[in-house]
Amino acid sequence: MSDHNTLGEILRERGVSRRGFLKFCTATASMMALPPTMTMAVAEALEKAPRPSVIWLSFQECTGCTESLTRSHAPTIESLIFDHVSLDYHHTLQAASGDAAEAAREEAMHAHHGKYLLVVDGSIPLGDPGFSTIAGISNLDMLKETAEGAAAIIAVGTCAAFGGLPHAAPNPTGAVSVSDIIKDKPIVNVSGCPPIPSVITGVLAHFLTFGGLPELDQYGRPMVFFGQSIHDRCYRRPFYDKGLFAETFDDEGARKGWCLYRLGCKGPMTYNACATMKWNQGTSWPIESGHGCLGCSEPDFWDAGGFYKALSIPTSDLAGAIGTGLGVGAAVGIAAGAMAHKKKTDAEHEREPLTVEQLEGES
Amino acid sequence: MTPTEFLVLTRGPLFDIAVTIFVFGIVLRLFEVLILGRKADLAAARGAEFKPGMATVMRRFVPDREKLQGSPVVTILGYLFHVGFFVCLLLFVPHIELIHSTLGISWPGLPTAMIDAVAVITMLALVGLFINRLNSKLLRFLSTFEDYFLLVVVFLTLFTGYLAFHRIVEPYPTALALHLLSVELMLVIFPFTKLMHTFTAFLGRYYNGAMYGRRGVES
Amino acid sequence: MSGTSLQRGLKAWMEEMDAPVASFFSSCVHCGICAEACLFYTETGDPKYTPIHKLEPMRRFWQQEFTLFGKLLKTVGLSKPVTDEELEEWETLVYDSCTLCGRCSMACPVGNDITYMIRKAREGFVASGHVPKGMVGAAGRAIRIGSPMGVKLSALEAQIRHIENDTGLKIPVDVEGADYMALLSSMEIMNFPEYIEALARIFKQAGVSWTLCSEAFEATNSGIQIGSKDIARQLVQRVVDGAEKLGVKYVISPECGHAYFAIRWEGPNLIGREYKFEVVHILELLDQLRAKGRLKVSEKFDERLTFHDPCQIVRKGGVLAETRNLMGMIASNFVEMEDHREHNWCCGGGGGVSSNERADELRIKVFSRKKKQLDAVAPETLVTACANCRLMLEDGLEEYHMELPVTGLTEMIAEKLVEEEK
Repeated sequence: MSDHNTLGEILRERGVSRRGFLKFCTATASMMALPPTMTMAVAEALEKAPRPSVIWLSFQECTGCTESLTRSHAPTIESLIFDHVSLDYHHTLQAASGDAAEAAREEAMHAHHGKYLLVVDGSIPLGDPGFSTIAGISNLDMLKETAEGAAAIIAVGTCAAFGGLPHAAPNPTGAVSVSDIIKDKPIVNVSGCPPIPSVITGVLAHFLTFGGLPELDQYGRPMVFFGQSIHDRCYRRPFYDKGLFAETFDDEGARKGWCLYRLGCKGPMTYNACATMKWNQGTSWPIESGHGCLGCSEPDFWDAGGFYKALSIPTSDLAGAIGTGLGVGAAVGIAAGAMAHKKKTDAEHEREPLTVEQLEGES
Repeated sequence: MTPTEFLVLTRGPLFDIAVTIFVFGIVLRLFEVLILGRKADLAAARGAEFKPGMATVMRRFVPDREKLQGSPVVTILGYLFHVGFFVCLLLFVPHIELIHSTLGISWPGLPTAMIDAVAVITMLALVGLFINRLNSKLLRFLSTFEDYFLLVVVFLTLFTGYLAFHRIVEPYPTALALHLLSVELMLVIFPFTKLMHTFTAFLGRYYNGAMYGRRGVES
Repeated sequence: MSGTSLQRGLKAWMEEMDAPVASFFSSCVHCGICAEACLFYTETGDPKYTPIHKLEPMRRFWQQEFTLFGKLLKTVGLSKPVTDEELEEWETLVYDSCTLCGRCSMACPVGNDITYMIRKAREGFVASGHVPKGMVGAAGRAIRIGSPMGVKLSALEAQIRHIENDTGLKIPVDVEGADYMALLSSMEIMNFPEYIEALARIFKQAGVSWTLCSEAFEATNSGIQIGSKDIARQLVQRVVDGAEKLGVKYVISPECGHAYFAIRWEGPNLIGREYKFEVVHILELLDQLRAKGRLKVSEKFDERLTFHDPCQIVRKGGVLAETRNLMGMIASNFVEMEDHREHNWCCGGGGGVSSNERADELRIKVFSRKKKQLDAVAPETLVTACANCRLMLEDGLEEYHMELPVTGLTEMIAEKLVEEEK
């Protein structure tokens, strides 16, 4: 970790040119949907940004989110930004362990009380605290304790944001999201399984630039990254509109790059930036590599009805429903029909002929 | 309930319940109709029954001059609505997928831009039919609550579908779930309302054609 | 059960329900198209005359008794039971403003044969005592005297003597073993005896072996019109007994619409068995004779003729091509009205309306439909093939001050008949 105080100094130290930095600022500004005129403001703010303390808590998670952030092929400005923060506690990345690690967390909490940024990945089990503990402290307690003095919380990954895989039915650990527990702090959900690295750093950059949180959607996700659906920005969308679909993963349609809707693509219900930002330094993304979107940035995506079932297909046992309907309908129908028929034939048998005398008596 | 939970509910158990009631109701109603039967006609036949019956089933799809002159609004908007509704129902790819997964049969869909246009026309036709029902002295007299209610229900299935397709309601799972919910409402009331004419009109036309055909008349 | 009652009426409906009725009621979407096909609506603009609306009490009864859902609605009070007052209110709709013409049945987009249901509905109205006085009178006369107009055999015999004296033709009565037994309508006996004369001349010329039956000469059936199959059955039975006693091969229905429908299409179902003879309409027979060359005319009429299709014979009875074949034989200047054949408009007096004095005013009002049709083609003579239509047309034309002779097709043919001595 550097001892320099501002991002500008760090970047210069690492040999990033002014030109490169501005390029990054332009990209960041556009990523955050700011007008180009704001680029200089972003650059200025970033350059002067003080070094915030960050505490990163990992609960029921798979480390995929951290991997996503750190496993870049080459050092990027994103990773440099990440370097810039004072990552005071991250049990996967920090050298310290055991008591020393926990001491570092407590120290950061004390020293930067009310100012530090809390990043969480992983869900929190409410069932039995023993499902996930760190240094003997339950995830719930640690979250509450650490959140108390945080300026803001970034829930990184779908587990922290919405409960994720641990939350999937039948949810044996009683896993919940950060926002299910913490109600009195600003929380940003950076969902995705894992989230796109640039989205994580984008949110950090926003925090550094503006000292606050970006505009959020109804799930607490930054609008700039989660405002549009995969489907609406997908390069295969024209095939959907023309009705051209891959039927299997190895048919002609698949080879021609047609729409993967019928193969279960969840693009229409998924809000994320994959289609525009892509992965691995813009190399590709799931749909481009031939597989439908899983919808991983959406709440409960594991339980949304099967990855290979088209979105419009009911998830339940339709054949069973039809069978039940047919069977019961036929049984009740035959019974009701037979009764009605009997009523009719009874009326016929009981009939007494009408005579004109009877008619004349009445009229 | 989160939007995804709402979608999971409407895509799962609620859809099951709706389809069960729908199928149950249709089968029940058809039995209620068919078991009543028809007495054998003892009068010597002049013509056949089956062919004229089927011919009438087909012939009454075709609007004639009198309908166009006498009830132009109902006839034209009625046609637009029926054709449009079935185009949207049967040629929109997500719907074909549903049928494919349920019945195992599939066919090519129409481009979504076309479905989109048809859906708009169909919705406008329904609005027109609704207004016409309110405006025409004849139809206002004949109409019951059910007549208006069903126009609204059918309109909702199209409208929620349109909202979902165009993402006018966010997020998408909510929009899709609303669409499914409106469809489920329609499925549940279907067998117990005049929507049943979707099936019984074919029976009715057949009986009409067969009874007239037996007497040597094309009806 | 001694008299008529609501309960008895509902029970009659119970008997009448069948799969077609259930299909029809299940299918109606209240589109209003049947109204546009009904002259009682088009000529008055009153929506209560919408054909399907005339069946509303019966529809509710069907729903309550023959569908589970309707039972449920009735149980929770959302569907009210049919009341006697309601039937009284609907009586005029079912009898005065429906001629059973069947035009609505041709128009309905979902295929509802509304006329078929009105016929059934009348069974309930008559059994509950809600039936027009005039029709009860006609039915009473038909049962007791043998004719709805009170025409007795002696009156027929007088007409026969009259014709025989005038023309020297022989009108055979009660000839056992004749091929054909001809039926007549009272109106023909009293108002249009020319028909009987025409039969005698044509059959003599064509060499048809025929007879009248003194015990069964009346073809009309008031039971069908009033909607009572019990009364209708008795009237059909007379004809069947007469024909089977004489041992004829064929019974000829006269130029009377509902008489044809009664004897040809309802009769066997009323008596519950097939006939031992065949029923032909007079126009069917004449067309057969024409086709075989046994019926020839000397010349055609030059005047502009049009043909009014009697609903029960043409649209509902199926005698279609025959009417045009025969018109073609006698008319050199034949013109069709815009809506013709199975789409013709009723004279306004069918289905018992003509014997229901209460309906006279309405009947005359809706005759404006026929007037419009006739005005559009301006014929010099109006030809038809139904004594009741003919009376109603004459009545309507007079009310509307239109000078237009109305005649029967059989008489027209007889007038131009080539008569060779044999």
